[in-house]
Amino acid sequence: MATATRPADERLRSAGVLRKLLNRPELGAVAGAILVFAFFAVVAGDDGFLTSTGTISYLEVSAQLGIIVIPVAMLMIAGEFDLSVGSMIGAAGILIALPTAEFGWPMWSALLLAFAVALLVGFINGYLVVTTGLPSFIVTLAMLFALRGATIGFTRLITGRTQVSGVQSEGFLAGIFGGEVAGIPVSILWWVLLGALGTWILLRTTFGNWIFGTGGDPVAARNVGVPVRRVKILLFMATSASATLLAAITVLDAGSADVLRGTLREFQAIIATVIGGVLLTGGYGSVIGPMFGALIFGMVSQGIFFTGVNTDWFQVFLGVMLLIAVLVNNYIRKKASEAR
Amino acid sequence: MTDSATTPLIEAQGISKYFGQVIALQDISMRVSAGEVMCLLGDNGAGKSTLIKILSGVHQHDDGRLLMEGEEVKFTSPREALDRGIATVFQDLATIPLMSISRNFFLGREPTKGGGPFKRFDAATADRVTREEMHRIGIDVRDPSQPVGTLSGGERQSVAIARAVYFGAKVLILDEPTSALGVKEAAVVLRYIAQAKERNLGVIFITHNVHHAYPIGDRFTILNRGQSYGTFEKSEVTREEVVTMMAGGEEMDKLTAELEEFERSDRETERRGPNGGSHLADAFREDAEEIQHGEGREKA
Repeated sequence: MATATRPADERLRSAGVLRKLLNRPELGAVAGAILVFAFFAVVAGDDGFLTSTGTISYLEVSAQLGIIVIPVAMLMIAGEFDLSVGSMIGAAGILIALPTAEFGWPMWSALLLAFAVALLVGFINGYLVVTTGLPSFIVTLAMLFALRGATIGFTRLITGRTQVSGVQSEGFLAGIFGGEVAGIPVSILWWVLLGALGTWILLRTTFGNWIFGTGGDPVAARNVGVPVRRVKILLFMATSASATLLAAITVLDAGSADVLRGTLREFQAIIATVIGGVLLTGGYGSVIGPMFGALIFGMVSQGIFFTGVNTDWFQVFLGVMLLIAVLVNNYIRKKASEAR
Repeated sequence: MTDSATTPLIEAQGISKYFGQVIALQDISMRVSAGEVMCLLGDNGAGKSTLIKILSGVHQHDDGRLLMEGEEVKFTSPREALDRGIATVFQDLATIPLMSISRNFFLGREPTKGGGPFKRFDAATADRVTREEMHRIGIDVRDPSQPVGTLSGGERQSVAIARAVYFGAKVLILDEPTSALGVKEAAVVLRYIAQAKERNLGVIFITHNVHHAYPIGDRFTILNRGQSYGTFEKSEVTREEVVTMMAGGEEMDKLTAELEEFERSDRETERRGPNGGSHLADAFREDAEEIQHGEGREKA
């Protein structure tokens, strides 16, 4: 097999449509999303799940997770975790709300500040991971607590409370972060737009190839000239920036910020990413899959609401889904690396 | 050690490398010219890997000079060495199993099309070139988008070598490319080394398998415990001499002497008692011959 040229007719044998589909990382999540949709369409179809209001409500929930899931997935493909995104959402929300509501800053300058701090936090995460060689799990876990603590501490120090309300915004900025386009909340548009961008970067650019290489085998990638450290640091900066985008959307929508906003988001993002077929160890996955993971998250959390079942059961579902997803992923990866 | 008329592609002059108190390499000199296969031989721990890591920019040497086409260089990263035309195929670390063949082939040097923000990875070109290059070395890739993990070990090494040749490497450093392979698979890689030589590349072939090195090598540099035994033209040495030097000549002689000593005492035991260990002596004798004449007489 190693030496001889294969007979020409063997080349023509098609690999089989099903086989090809099985090798797509997003297959599991797409199938899961269809199943979940079908389930709630039957069970809660009459209770408003299928109406446009119902659809928009679960898409909005999906989008609010999906926006951060996209860079989190790309980072996981590059072999790293970011557990600090949830805290970053809270911190960025306060960074936007506090200067505008308390000190009368113009909105654009507060947004600029929030994004600058986010990029710095992401850079610190990435820099610490690549220079210390510590697992990103530990580095970003430390950042999760430090950032949340600093957010609570500073906010209470300055305002005496843990919530900042009275954020006013109108015009262009209010439109791109908090408005609606043809009845669709902008968060959903951001989600789809970023998903398309992420997919394009991952599959169609040089940087995307580097992401796969970095996660697949950092030493081999470095040996062929991939700037592994730069790839990782940039992706950590992207996850923080996406958390800030989500914060801007929620603050401008609600007109207030809470220091605890975004709590547990980091884990939900990881669950959606893993359900979406990204390998926990990196090197394999897609952006589309985790987007469907976020869609499942949104459909179930809203669907349960429509069915009238106690929403406490949602977390049980998340836990079970995560476990099933990992088992399916392991199976698929084994299939993918077997000789065809 | 004859001088070739041309400047060597790469030349090490008295290179030393220390890791703390450990002397990993001491005063190593070697060179390789275009169209030549230089085999770097040595037992485990001889310093082969350290030497090639210096040549490929992973480590930096502490003493001595490294010359690339007559010009002194000191590489600070693998990328720098790559840009100068030194491509290294590391054992086990050559390819990324879950990535497709064509993405592996072009990793770090992706073809692009379009400009500005629309500059993108040219997947069609990548697939086509990969298929062509693999075909040239006699591996028929059905689907360049299949993961490298689905290829056999020899094919994976060949992908890495084909990649280095395609990207215009002048010097190809192969770190034990055949050690994990079966006989037929090793032959695939050896044939490809011969092709690289024909294309006028300088090849540094690291191995501890003389049966792979001897047929293809033009010159042999033998390392032992961080020091060089020197470089030998193929015409100067026999396969057996190479084996002996690799294992550390004197130690091998000592072992032979010891075994002869055993044999003599065995014979005395035999003379004295009826149930002496003649079988044992035979076994030792066979072992000694085996070691002296190379492990694979039947293969050779």
